[in-house]
Amino acid sequence: MSTRNRVGGIVYAASLVLSLLLGLVALPASLLPLKPFWPALVVVYWALEAPEKMSIGRAFLLGLAGDLLTGSLLGEQALRLAIVAFIVLRLRARMRFFPMLQQCLAIFALLVNDRVVMLMIRAFSGGGMAEWQYWIAPAVGTLAWPWLFLALDVARQRGARAREA
Amino acid sequence: MATSSQESAPLFAEGGAGTLRLVAYLALAIVLMVVDHRGQYLAAVRRAAGNITGPVYWLVSAPVRIVRGAHAVVSDRGQLADENAVLRQQLLLAQARLARLGTVQEQNARLRELLDAKGRLALKAQLAELIDVDLDPFRHRIVLDVGSADGVAQGQAVIDAHGVVGQLLEVQPDRSIAILITDAGHAIPVRVVRTGLRAIAYGTGELATLRLPHIPFSADIRQGDELVTSGLGGHFPAGLPVGVIRTLTPDDSATFVLALATPAAGMSRSGELLVLHDERETIELPGQGSYEIVGPPEALPVVPAGGMP
Repeated sequence: MSTRNRVGGIVYAASLVLSLLLGLVALPASLLPLKPFWPALVVVYWALEAPEKMSIGRAFLLGLAGDLLTGSLLGEQALRLAIVAFIVLRLRARMRFFPMLQQCLAIFALLVNDRVVMLMIRAFSGGGMAEWQYWIAPAVGTLAWPWLFLALDVARQRGARAREA
Repeated sequence: MATSSQESAPLFAEGGAGTLRLVAYLALAIVLMVVDHRGQYLAAVRRAAGNITGPVYWLVSAPVRIVRGAHAVVSDRGQLADENAVLRQQLLLAQARLARLGTVQEQNARLRELLDAKGRLALKAQLAELIDVDLDPFRHRIVLDVGSADGVAQGQAVIDAHGVVGQLLEVQPDRSIAILITDAGHAIPVRVVRTGLRAIAYGTGELATLRLPHIPFSADIRQGDELVTSGLGGHFPAGLPVGVIRTLTPDDSATFVLALATPAAGMSRSGELLVLHDERETIELPGQGSYEIVGPPEALPVVPAGGMP
């Protein structure tokens, strides 16, 4: 049981760190708007699969780390991730048993909502209005969701089995 | 452990997701954002975080460095020779232009002397390399590999070969973050080269567009007019290329013209840039070390040498 927890812990920490790093990796300018909000997807995964590991507070801290790394307004990503974590933890009982397609739709709605929140923050802090490309990222994030879900699931199971063997 | 979690996890568990808790975190985030937006109180926090972000940026930009290194190794001789030839040609052109500029500058200096005008001091620039890290894509920021240890300071202008790129926003010991002139929160005072008309060019959040609002209908401005920095405000030295007027349209109130301009600088997010140092000149006085002169050159101790007629 404890080894299982430890493996889960490693996968958990690695997924959080990777989600932050993925957001920073340089892409050609034309691909920039496609970049999904990785930390949100990771927060959704852990809130769904292991809610004892992902509270609103942890999502908030992850967001703060993201803010410091990307130089965005301190608290911006923290607020966005706290909202994501709250919604998923609230709807967890239902979302867990959605078929994948429906789950993807839910993720899409969640990411679009996140973009709206971001737009509100931008509006208050004097940023420009968004272009249409602004709304592509949620779609890309939705497409990435099943793969991320599978990858994390497999990583956790593999790790647990390797430890037990 | 397992039983307790089962007991406290009915179908609609509040779990760790109480509304009150959410409200508390949202309030905390909003307070943080307001404090961060309004003042420099959190600069110390960012500086402390800079110790961690440095290595992270290094790690994240590693793949790009590897690819670039591999490219240098793999690219064949022919390709390199071609590139070399092109660069040689460009250098030749640039040198010819410089030679001509040299005489013009000399002439300019003499005329200024005659007019007794404030001289413009020579620009000092420092080469800076971009660190390949994408920050928030909707704010135009870049990370440069020079910091306060290299003698750069906040507010210094950043240019590339074609024009103004932005200015330093945040300087950490070994790295700095610059804001591009196309950031929606940036404004730069400009002058139309052809007519001397002054305006302010705002960023739009798009890499290819600057916005010049509130130009009177009577003003003489045309498509294709070049914009340079006016030097007003003191952040940017005067005369650096900023952009070219692309379109002119009446604004919503129909009382002013709204001009859109294309930035002159490449605005790409990789490569090398120049950080301009303030127009301060360090002069060496024999035996007395160096001095920093902040004022106009008139403030220099001038040794009268016959004087001008």
